[in-house]
Amino acid sequence: MITRPGPLAICVAALVAVFLLMPLVAVIPVSFTPNRYLSMPDGEWSWRHYQALIDNPAWAKGLGLSIGIGVVSAVLATSLALAFSLGIWILQPRFTGLLLGIALLPMVAPPVVSALTLYFFLITLSKFNDFIAYDTWAGVALAHSVMIAPYAVVLITVALTQVDRRIDLAARGMGATLGRRIRQIILPSIRFGVLSALLLTFVLSWEEIGVTLFITSVDAVTLPRLMWMGLRDNIDPAIAAISVLLICIVVIVILGKTLWLGSSEAKAK
Amino acid sequence: MSLLSRPALLLLPLLGFMVLAYLVPFLGVAAWSVTLPEPGLTQYQTALTDPLVQAVFLRTFRICLIVTAVTICASYMITLLWVRGSRMQRLVIELCILIPFWISVLTRAFGWLALLSNKGILNTWAQNLGFLTEPLTLVRNEFGVVVGMVHFLIPFAAFPLASAMRNVDERVLLAARGMGASRARVFAQVFVPMTAPGILGAALVVFVFALGFFVTPALLGGGRSVMAAELIYLRIFQSPNWGLGAAISVILMIAVGGLLALLMRQARPAGAR
Repeated sequence: MITRPGPLAICVAALVAVFLLMPLVAVIPVSFTPNRYLSMPDGEWSWRHYQALIDNPAWAKGLGLSIGIGVVSAVLATSLALAFSLGIWILQPRFTGLLLGIALLPMVAPPVVSALTLYFFLITLSKFNDFIAYDTWAGVALAHSVMIAPYAVVLITVALTQVDRRIDLAARGMGATLGRRIRQIILPSIRFGVLSALLLTFVLSWEEIGVTLFITSVDAVTLPRLMWMGLRDNIDPAIAAISVLLICIVVIVILGKTLWLGSSEAKAK
Repeated sequence: MSLLSRPALLLLPLLGFMVLAYLVPFLGVAAWSVTLPEPGLTQYQTALTDPLVQAVFLRTFRICLIVTAVTICASYMITLLWVRGSRMQRLVIELCILIPFWISVLTRAFGWLALLSNKGILNTWAQNLGFLTEPLTLVRNEFGVVVGMVHFLIPFAAFPLASAMRNVDERVLLAARGMGASRARVFAQVFVPMTAPGILGAALVVFVFALGFFVTPALLGGGRSVMAAELIYLRIFQSPNWGLGAAISVILMIAVGGLLALLMRQARPAGAR
């Protein structure tokens, strides 16, 4: 690349980069404040808010619930999306656009409309049972599955575009059944797509707050819901402590991936 | 091929799931909007004529426009370096885009509260250094909402913008430079017009996202600058008027559907997404 951006463009981009990182860095000193309210440490640093995360059982409970819901909904959403994407790839039906539209609807609809829709869904279910209902973990897992399945469909469909149809046709011509074609031909070539779909859907469920806010109140309090409660009323510095931990996880994973694999974009060039 | 041949069965679980858990309940919400508290279109009439609801719609529209404009400008400049910078610059910018992208919206909103609130970092510094005597109100108002939303949306705009920029033929830029155009002129008269479809696509994506935004405005707006999404939440849970909340939802859904149809039409010839 010969025409590089000039110094002015670099300065502006650097300002945007600082803007992007600023709030993440700001959380760190606040998490060490000795005060009960949101403030700077002012000379004296304290671990009390990290201690509070351990001492208050609500955090451990929220963490466990979020992991459980994340695993269940990621597995459910990815399985449904895998079957659907395979079906579309094999059949190439005439109404592919319409079918994909239905499958992707929760991804493109405004999140707040999805939240109200799933609230309606769960309070209707609550009339018939207590398990998959409003403010239960199974209800949240089901609602999250609806929200995250479209992302799995996108990832798996993209992975399927890389599969060579002729290999599948050859297997079919030699008499392989549908199940065998899927297991031995298609699945091995898209396993990375399926794995990344599982990972992405888990992360999306783990972070989900918009829908969760509508469908839970006091029992099914996931980690984001707990953070929301600490942010909404008077700001609890324990939120800073948990935020620092979450930021550390993301930074370590992304730095690790970038250093390990190199910049994805640098490779493409 | 008959409908009940086996591959067709693969399609059914997800389709059935989406119809039962999403489409039918959405029709239920739409039914609320015309039956609560009484049958008829009164809720739509309220939503379109009540001055309070109108003010919320206007504010939503205004904030979304501002947010879209700022996000696209900022994202364009950082994506420029991400696509066309040196190897090191690309790596650093990629980290600056990906790390916030993967961090929860709650953590990011909290970061802005920590920076901008009255006892926050910026106000504390400005007062210690003597720039300010009174803390400046930077959150719990529209300014805070715009800052938080722009921060959330920059990475989402960066991906479509990057794919548009990668399609630009570099020889055209070289030709313009070779014929004596300055850097600024190449940027403004060659590069930006060549990426215009990508800019439009990214702007539509950002605008649609911003329209249905709930968490950031609720936290950084502090209940004062209520936007459409937060109004729905308030009408369902705080001062209940389910019919009105449902009617606003249907209106939002129609608005987003219209914008997406526009996006599809303009994305097809460009083929960027």
